[in-house]
Amino acid sequence: MSEQLVKEPAHTPEAGVLLEVSDLIVRYPIRRTIIEALKRIPRTEVHAVEGVSFAIGSGEMFALVGESGCGKTTTAQAVLRMVEPVSGSIRLGGVDITSYPPRRMRPLRRRLQMIYQDPYESLDPRFRVRQTIEEPLLVHGIRGSRLEREARIEEAMEVAGLTPTELFIERYAHELSGGQRQRVAIAASLVLGPTLLLADEPVSMLDVSVRAGILGLLDELRAKGLGILMITHDLSTAAHFADHIAVMYLGRIVEEGGAKEVVRNPQHPYTKSLLSVVPARDPRDRKTPQILQGETPDAVHVPPGCRFHPRCPIAEERCKIEDPALETPHSPVAEGHRAACLLA
Amino acid sequence: MSLLEIREAYVWFDLPHGELEAVRGVSFALDKGERLGLVGESGCGKTTSVLAVMGLLPSNAWVAGEVLVEGEDILVEGEATVRPHRWTDVAMVFQGAMNAFNPVRRVGAQLVETMEFHHVAEGGAAEKRAGELLDMVGIPADRAKRYPHELSGGMRQRAALAMALSCNPKVLLADEPTTALDVMVQAQILELLVELARDLDLALILVTHDLPAVAEVCDRAAVMYAGEIVEMGSMDTLFHDPRHPYTRLLFAATPDLYGDEDVISIPGAPPRLDQPIIGCPFAPRCDSTFEHCRQVSPRLIEVTPGRSAACHLNDPKVKKP
Repeated sequence: MSEQLVKEPAHTPEAGVLLEVSDLIVRYPIRRTIIEALKRIPRTEVHAVEGVSFAIGSGEMFALVGESGCGKTTTAQAVLRMVEPVSGSIRLGGVDITSYPPRRMRPLRRRLQMIYQDPYESLDPRFRVRQTIEEPLLVHGIRGSRLEREARIEEAMEVAGLTPTELFIERYAHELSGGQRQRVAIAASLVLGPTLLLADEPVSMLDVSVRAGILGLLDELRAKGLGILMITHDLSTAAHFADHIAVMYLGRIVEEGGAKEVVRNPQHPYTKSLLSVVPARDPRDRKTPQILQGETPDAVHVPPGCRFHPRCPIAEERCKIEDPALETPHSPVAEGHRAACLLA
Repeated sequence: MSLLEIREAYVWFDLPHGELEAVRGVSFALDKGERLGLVGESGCGKTTSVLAVMGLLPSNAWVAGEVLVEGEDILVEGEATVRPHRWTDVAMVFQGAMNAFNPVRRVGAQLVETMEFHHVAEGGAAEKRAGELLDMVGIPADRAKRYPHELSGGMRQRAALAMALSCNPKVLLADEPTTALDVMVQAQILELLVELARDLDLALILVTHDLPAVAEVCDRAAVMYAGEIVEMGSMDTLFHDPRHPYTRLLFAATPDLYGDEDVISIPGAPPRLDQPIIGCPFAPRCDSTFEHCRQVSPRLIEVTPGRSAACHLNDPKVKKP
């Protein structure tokens, strides 16, 4: 595994690209009261995602990192077509699915599976493991013979590390530990043979001692050629397991690049500050964190110019006016490393 | 005499199908201004231990052992002896501060109410002190008029801290105060905890599953497993020279931002606490188990001064393979 962790695969969207998101914009309207409407107070919107682009290739783990409210979950929901984007495009395996009606989306969902944060909530307590993993097959009409279904279920369980399968297949969710539950959830998404997994904070509800097992499993799936979009607020996890990191702030990607490169050579002041507050595992490695004061501004009133300037420790006058694009910084960086900062 | 001392604390829960032994002989002591981390995974008994100190366990719980505050056993007569100390000597910030407030009353009014109930301050003086408390935890004074839902998660956690400090406690118990918060807000709260403990000379117990977060706040930590303290010492020695395999494996399972080595999960799961445990509770998951571990439960012994561990590998009386 360590070999895979070290390598920094070149980000080539052409080769085996599974998912391509371009200039995605998602806004949620805020309802006005009738009084506000009569007073002609303008409509306001939550600018959840404001022009996000990225691509995920086969065998790649891409981590979308940021604090709550930065738009990372909305991005994933847009990919799943659970929210409608204002503009931009989502291409799955080269096919533009941005305006696919639900009927046409359905067969594609087999290729695009979601793993949720909380395996205590995402599994049906009345289902045995067998039913939980069989359900997606039935929903998607992959009935086959009973034996064929059984074979698929067992294969998914084996891949997800629920072995020996006969030990787990008849159990209910409450008879399993947190880590085992998350493995069941992963098996239930693998049974359809997806090419892309969306994992939303897949280990944050689990105990430290089992987290590495689940992340290792995702890493194995990645090595088998699956693309994985991991949404997380945990930079240490992203640095360790992802190939690529994109840091989001207020609906924008403010920095992206190879995982190790972004962590060791951060360019954007927000990334720098975020990295500095991650407590080190070795108490001797403690450094003075650059804690940003205050909170992220709300996404209704996005600051003009660079959206980070009100909290930025190095902001200059022009940062209040110019909105920086995500581009190669002036300092020496590895290929594909980009930051949205006028001063980087 | 220590400010707070817990001696051989045991907690059992009466359950429909039998008994569950959640805390099994926990002892530690804390002085003024000391900051101790209580670390472990879910179900290890860390929260139950601090709830026992507060006398806040549910009615199906049984507690044995002593909790001494400045030498006085506060659990000896149950509620009657805990009550005069709760909040005024020992205060607690609960997990999920979002739910610690009454949603239909303003934050400031709830602080005033607490102080009046405990006769710390009344009327205008209480209101003035509420403003000071909010200021101390970094909440602008005008927010006192806000309702809890109008504050962000970080602000509510700060308000919960103000509430816990309203009766001038000597000991503060903080149960997972940052788990539901974002990294940046977590860093702010941890920094605030250190400042408060230092400025008010508090004894602080930080209960968490997050080892690196403990290192940010505490000098010392106790690692708990299956209701017992398995190792206790300075954070530096716990990391650089762990004397219990669980401590070592827990650090190895924690990813580090700049670390290149693989993170490894610990196989298996903690033992069930509603069934008797024979031998070392960690033996089934341990990578250094030998025959003795499966039969005899190890004692928590002092390895070096200020440093103790419950593992046969440290016990000179145990014959190693």
